[in-house]
Amino acid sequence: MANKASKPTMSRALQRREDVAGYLFMLPSLIFFLGFVVIPMFICIGYSLTDATMHQKAATAFVGFSNFGKLLGDEVFLEALKNTFIIVIVSVPAVAAFSLWVSSAIYKLKGPVLSAFRCIFYLPVVTGSVAVTVVWKWMFDNYTGIINTVLSGAGLIEKNINFLGDSRYALWCIILILFTTSVGQPIVLYVSALGNVDQSLVEAAQVDGATNFQVFWKIKWPQMMPTTLYILVITTINSFQCFALIQLLTQGGSGTNTVMYYIYYTAFKLTEQAGHFGYANAMGVVLAVFIAILSAVQFKLAKEK
Amino acid sequence: MKTSDQTLRRLYKVLSVLILILLAFLFIFPLYWIVTGAFKPATDIYAMKPVWWPSEFTGENFVKLLNKRSAPLFQLAIPFSAQFSGTGEPVYFLTGPTVPAAFRWLINTVFMAVTAMILTCITASMAGYALAKKRFRGRGILFSLIICAMALPKQVILIPLLKEMSALGMMNTLWAVIFPTVGWPFGVFLMKQFSESIPGEILEAARVDGSSEIRTFATIVVPMVKPGIGALAIFTFINSWNDYFLQLIMLTSGANYTMPLGVATLQAETSVDMGLLMAGASLAALPIIIVFLIFQKYFTQGITMGAVKG
Repeated sequence: MANKASKPTMSRALQRREDVAGYLFMLPSLIFFLGFVVIPMFICIGYSLTDATMHQKAATAFVGFSNFGKLLGDEVFLEALKNTFIIVIVSVPAVAAFSLWVSSAIYKLKGPVLSAFRCIFYLPVVTGSVAVTVVWKWMFDNYTGIINTVLSGAGLIEKNINFLGDSRYALWCIILILFTTSVGQPIVLYVSALGNVDQSLVEAAQVDGATNFQVFWKIKWPQMMPTTLYILVITTINSFQCFALIQLLTQGGSGTNTVMYYIYYTAFKLTEQAGHFGYANAMGVVLAVFIAILSAVQFKLAKEK
Repeated sequence: MKTSDQTLRRLYKVLSVLILILLAFLFIFPLYWIVTGAFKPATDIYAMKPVWWPSEFTGENFVKLLNKRSAPLFQLAIPFSAQFSGTGEPVYFLTGPTVPAAFRWLINTVFMAVTAMILTCITASMAGYALAKKRFRGRGILFSLIICAMALPKQVILIPLLKEMSALGMMNTLWAVIFPTVGWPFGVFLMKQFSESIPGEILEAARVDGSSEIRTFATIVVPMVKPGIGALAIFTFINSWNDYFLQLIMLTSGANYTMPLGVATLQAETSVDMGLLMAGASLAALPIIIVFLIFQKYFTQGITMGAVKG
């Protein structure tokens, strides 16, 4: 947009050629992008202002912002929002700190060892949320779960703990599983960022007698700021969208309901009320707004640093 | 003073390696537990003491998995026939023999992931090239739109997407899962990053030589962004394979399930038969892990490039 003025040399015929070629190359991608991402985005906003249901028997009425007003008084939603925020607030810093530590411990290792470690930490992501969840459900199981059998075998607990059925533990179990499936990508990113740190600066600082700790905070850390920012943003988005774990492990029970699961529940499971599409979409809009605000805040904080 | 500092540093190093190895075991463990669990007899599964290694390797879990449900091996439908058939069911002109449903799920998943991968690679490499190298009007706005969409939580649009798919008559088909995956703009962004590095002079020279746009793209651009296409291919394959929420919403009948969705359904039905579930989970996870291990070099590169200037 702004660089229009910087290309004064392009003749009109040439510009036309570029336009035609550019849009022809964009076309196949644009069909899918507009059709299956941009249009649903607008449908989502549109529906959030109506009382639409899944089975459109009655006429849909425009209800303004009343869905959003209803959300404020919906205790289930507020509880889900609270849980979602707990997940985000705990897992985002934990993921960032853990992956930074692992990366700084492995990035100097020899090629094959390094890629072996990278692969191992990436494995839970590749395994897929369903397979990971199914195995963790077994591991946390009240009777035959490996965690209970090991703990009671070692005499650490007297009675088996019902991890997923007890609201004292369930949310933390979810956070733990989410954590193992979230650190893979940040580690890959941090390893390459650490490898790209300007070595001459590091050497200069070492000559001046800086300790390892100082080298890290004063030289490496500032250079890795863009990577950190990216990691914070993607981890925030992922944590906000935590769904498969909830749906497969607890169905929102034992105090683990999240906004994403409640959206799904409202749209598909409340069958006696025929699926509240309008209401579910209003929650979707709220979630998107929260993510947008948090991403913007993170950008701003990173810029100031 | 100096020596104690050095021993301290060495101690930290040894300690961190030990912790790393321990962590590595913890991260591998769930996968180990899936695979060994799939071969454990029921007595091991329900043992009250941990059974670290199967007392005997049995195939009974897999047999149970295969006998659980059945489905036709394939069904080829006339496109959009569901809208005209009156029953809402599509019209099939070719139906395969009845086989265990797990086979069908595996075929569905591979078809879905491969088709999404091919379509994404073609559309994204073309669009990425145009965004990086073509100075067409409206380019800035389009690119901003793509960046905004990428920051959007993907799952939020899935419910409106469902309405759209049922209006298009694509509900409960694999296309309803494939098309949104192709539309997700990350691929375009990634390919733009890779295309930036193509020198303008080469493209200029090709134009002076009278090479058509398509030819320039196919013979000059594609070979130069091959690592990007490799990264995007593997990325899309894995994401599509594991995009459980999208599959859950769009696919409603057992014959159209994917492997992850099939396992999730079995889990809801028989949440106590862990051996059966581990057999299903290993069928859902192992193919994708093998693909990942073969192509992991591209993968690492792709993740890194996608984040630059992210």
